[in-house]
Amino acid sequence: MNLTDFDLAGARRALGRREFSAREFALAHLAAIDALNPRLNAFITVTADQALAEADAADAALAKGEGGPLAGIPLAIKDIFCTADVRTTAGSRILEPFIPPYESTVTANLRRDGAVFLGKTNLDEFAMGSSTTSSAFGSTENPWKRRQNPEIRLVPGGSSGGSAAAVAARLALGATGTDTGGSIRQPASFCGIAGVKPTYGRCSRFGVVAFASSLDHPGPFGRSVEDCAILLGSMAGHDPRDSTSVDVPVPDYPAACGRSLRGLCIGVPREYRVQGMPGEIEEMWHAGEAWLREAGATILDVSLPHTKYGLATYYIVAPAEASSNLARYDGVRYGLRLPGESLIDLYERTRGEGFGAEVKRRILIGTYVLSAGYYDAYYLKAQKVRALILKDFTDAFEKVDALLAPTAPSAAFAEGDKTEDPVTMYLNDVFTVPADLAGVPAISVPAGLDADGLPLGLQVIGPPFGEAKIFTVAAALERAAGFTALPAIRAGKLAA
Amino acid sequence: MPLDSNTVRRIARLARLRLDEPEVERLRAELRGILAWVEMLDELDVSGVQPMTGAVAMPLKMRPDIVTDGGDAETVLGNAPERIGDFYAVPKVIE
Amino acid sequence: MSYRIEGREAAWEVVVGMEVHAQVISEAKLFSGAATAFGAPPNSQVSLVDAAFPGMLPVINRECVAQAVRTGLGLSAAINLVSRFDRKNYFYADLPAGYQISQYQLPIVGRGTLAIELADGSTKEIGITRLHLEQDAGKSLHDQHAEKSLIDLNRAGVALMEIVSEPDLRSPEEAGAYLRKLRTILRYLGTCDGNMEEGSLRADVNVSVRHPGEALRTRCEVKNVNSVRFVMQAVEAEARRQVAVWEEGGAVEQETRLFDPARGATRSMRSKEEAHDYRYFPDPDLVPLVLDEAWIEGLKSFLPELPDAKKARFMAEYGLSVYDASQLVAEAATADYFESLASGRRAKTVANLMLGDISAGLNQRGETFATTSTFTLSASGMILEMIEDQTINARIAKDVVDVMAETGESDARAVVARLGLRQVTDRAAIEAAVAEVLARESAKVAEYRAGKEKLFGFFVGQVMKAMGGKGNPALVNEMLKRKLS
Repeated sequence: MNLTDFDLAGARRALGRREFSAREFALAHLAAIDALNPRLNAFITVTADQALAEADAADAALAKGEGGPLAGIPLAIKDIFCTADVRTTAGSRILEPFIPPYESTVTANLRRDGAVFLGKTNLDEFAMGSSTTSSAFGSTENPWKRRQNPEIRLVPGGSSGGSAAAVAARLALGATGTDTGGSIRQPASFCGIAGVKPTYGRCSRFGVVAFASSLDHPGPFGRSVEDCAILLGSMAGHDPRDSTSVDVPVPDYPAACGRSLRGLCIGVPREYRVQGMPGEIEEMWHAGEAWLREAGATILDVSLPHTKYGLATYYIVAPAEASSNLARYDGVRYGLRLPGESLIDLYERTRGEGFGAEVKRRILIGTYVLSAGYYDAYYLKAQKVRALILKDFTDAFEKVDALLAPTAPSAAFAEGDKTEDPVTMYLNDVFTVPADLAGVPAISVPAGLDADGLPLGLQVIGPPFGEAKIFTVAAALERAAGFTALPAIRAGKLAA
Repeated sequence: MPLDSNTVRRIARLARLRLDEPEVERLRAELRGILAWVEMLDELDVSGVQPMTGAVAMPLKMRPDIVTDGGDAETVLGNAPERIGDFYAVPKVIE
Repeated sequence: MSYRIEGREAAWEVVVGMEVHAQVISEAKLFSGAATAFGAPPNSQVSLVDAAFPGMLPVINRECVAQAVRTGLGLSAAINLVSRFDRKNYFYADLPAGYQISQYQLPIVGRGTLAIELADGSTKEIGITRLHLEQDAGKSLHDQHAEKSLIDLNRAGVALMEIVSEPDLRSPEEAGAYLRKLRTILRYLGTCDGNMEEGSLRADVNVSVRHPGEALRTRCEVKNVNSVRFVMQAVEAEARRQVAVWEEGGAVEQETRLFDPARGATRSMRSKEEAHDYRYFPDPDLVPLVLDEAWIEGLKSFLPELPDAKKARFMAEYGLSVYDASQLVAEAATADYFESLASGRRAKTVANLMLGDISAGLNQRGETFATTSTFTLSASGMILEMIEDQTINARIAKDVVDVMAETGESDARAVVARLGLRQVTDRAAIEAAVAEVLARESAKVAEYRAGKEKLFGFFVGQVMKAMGGKGNPALVNEMLKRKLS
């Protein structure tokens, strides 16, 4: 078996038994990156030397029987997590030269547990997007190809497309991402892997380049539900440096993956059945229901009446917060600076050149909806609708333990599609955005392939701090789906 | 809600973004489209609903009054594109 | 009598409100763990949070919250158990995040009140609208370099309390009295050191004018006035400017102005093309601040006695006049000094000495009752004892204080001994001096004996002069009376 074909749980066992060293393991993945990253562009920065040093340290610990839960496990880190002394760009020209002297809490937690970092992955600029085509460092290619027309470049989804592509192509065993409007779950679905958006406040945002503070959720990608559970266990936890971090103990997530569904009630939200939804997705959703029923759960039709307002709410609140969060990028203390004749000139040129089109679009929307005369009509109203969306979930979770829905309204689309008008792109987030607005945990699991041979994901949404429950349900789906398909472009196989 | 080029320029100035004229035009059209779309929220009656200002309902945790940070100018100046001694430097501002 | 500006045809009334920014006394900043001490080397007290690096987040300092609550309690104000932080968005070089964390809709402290004392002895209640917490900005230096402005973020993120008054002030005097009183209360509470030269207390003054009885007219804001004197001057200058505008048939435009002490006038701040649109919204990196009643009660129980209460007590317990009591409570350290010194002594004597000679001596040395190494409690005690046991008289005491003020020595007894300043109680010496004076002033003696009794004081003065001020006043009086009768 290729060293790049392990899942996390399997790799841990093998490393523990010293079947191979952490160094060998890292080298295998670095070689895969060498071979495939020039094409896929999943990584912006590869940290080979540091990875080998970390692997050596893991080997030393493992030799003494002291390795942490992730000792020697090679991970890819979305380039939105600040990593000490390693360039962190957020996919933007404005941070191209930025080298943070500090580490994010989430990545520090992963390091604490012995993980090896292979490098920083590509993303939509400042996490704004669902295709990873807006990065200043080029777009990332989805390692999956259509059966017909395999020459077409497909998007990996976004904004965490680099992380998803890296895990799918077996360049890394797992990865971190952030989910603000769906940016973990949707790329997981497009790339045929698992991805989790935990409860808001479960993982610390300290050291994560902020997009929309009340919507940013750091979380893991993995090849399986259990892998995600293992990673989340390390990433999660209270952080006194983040005032929105919740002080709730981290349960044993992997243990939840094997639990029975007997006695659980799963809701199917009728409003997620949107007009024009591809037939294949609807069928896969029904299949999911059947699998869960067979596994012992009861299925209940539920209503989340304000679902259709989620996108509009999101596209007011997120840009508003972003317009303020991105005001710090001004060329004065770090990052890109373009010379200016006056302070205003400096700001305008630096930001005009340093930010890409989508970021500028969202900053302008955000500034507009907060400005005098419009605040009540847009921002305040959106925050009220947001409360209604949360209430929909709260009411539903009084009747059911979790919800089952598709993750995305399509499979991975071609690069260059959906670019005529921003709203078309925004519609990608229709199934994922409500869980971000409400802050409830959700996981995407690959459930099947469409007619083109592209992966489709199913989403399980749970109540606040109900991650264990959604792992239980998702693991059952995973077992029933028996999804074993692999992307055409991956380590250990020549590209098609 | 009419969004004209002057408004786009004014908002860009508030946000300190330099836009060239083609950008202003393109953004005017795009922003109009987005705003028209998000206006679907007008269908909803939200009277009596408390706005949700964040996704977590808990009171603010306070920290003790101890100096735990700062003390090293290099840490905060190390990434500065332009500095003079231990100061950040910007084009002169006339007040 | 109300303050009025005489116009061409009618009188004008001045309406003033003040927004005071007070730097909170705390070890660390409002939302970061960097230090707050004044005068540190540039950028040496800056956390990555203060410098708004990517991914940095605010965490609130409990002591800053406590200081705001204490201040609210000291202003008899409502403490809001739930308050919220909002972002005030604007771009400036000394504002790293491009926004200031402040409180807009739900401040930590609500309505309160503050009493001011005016020169004519009257008091007036001034309303406090609210108090909120916010971050201070960094400092920009525009005159250190030819083409560049230099930014120091040491002050960025230090906690400020913004204290907003109702527009209840009606004259420059009232404005000055308000600021002085507020400063005193803050210093008593230990929540702000009130040092206007160092910038820990800054005032923005809102001024408008109107004919008495009219509705309020447009006001202008005079920003960042950094002394009580300048506040009073700014109010007058701005009010007169506005009266002139109205009387010329124009209309006062709402704008922000600066006071120029050199010209004694206000000027418009460098014009901005657009008024600031701060786009306030709740800071999504924070959650609501919820205060515990029991915690607030605890803070309340440890509040010091405040100036008004102390003044009333001094008048009642020590029988002091309004004036003396007011002077003694202006600083808590002075009041404490007085109480220590007055223990077992005649309060009026102590007050006179402190407020008269010793205050002058302190002034000369640039010291205060709090900081003095010269006029210590022990030194003042010595002086009082020497007056009590007749070693010196009040006239000599002044000389002793003068010497101490010159040299900085605090051993008053040693001064008296070294300079031979002991009071003369030798009857023979006094008799001789009296005889000399009466012989010299025979004409006046005749006038006195003829009925001009107020010349007695003149004789006392002359005898004292002849004795170099050292004559025991009681004995001098006694001798003179005898000799003149």
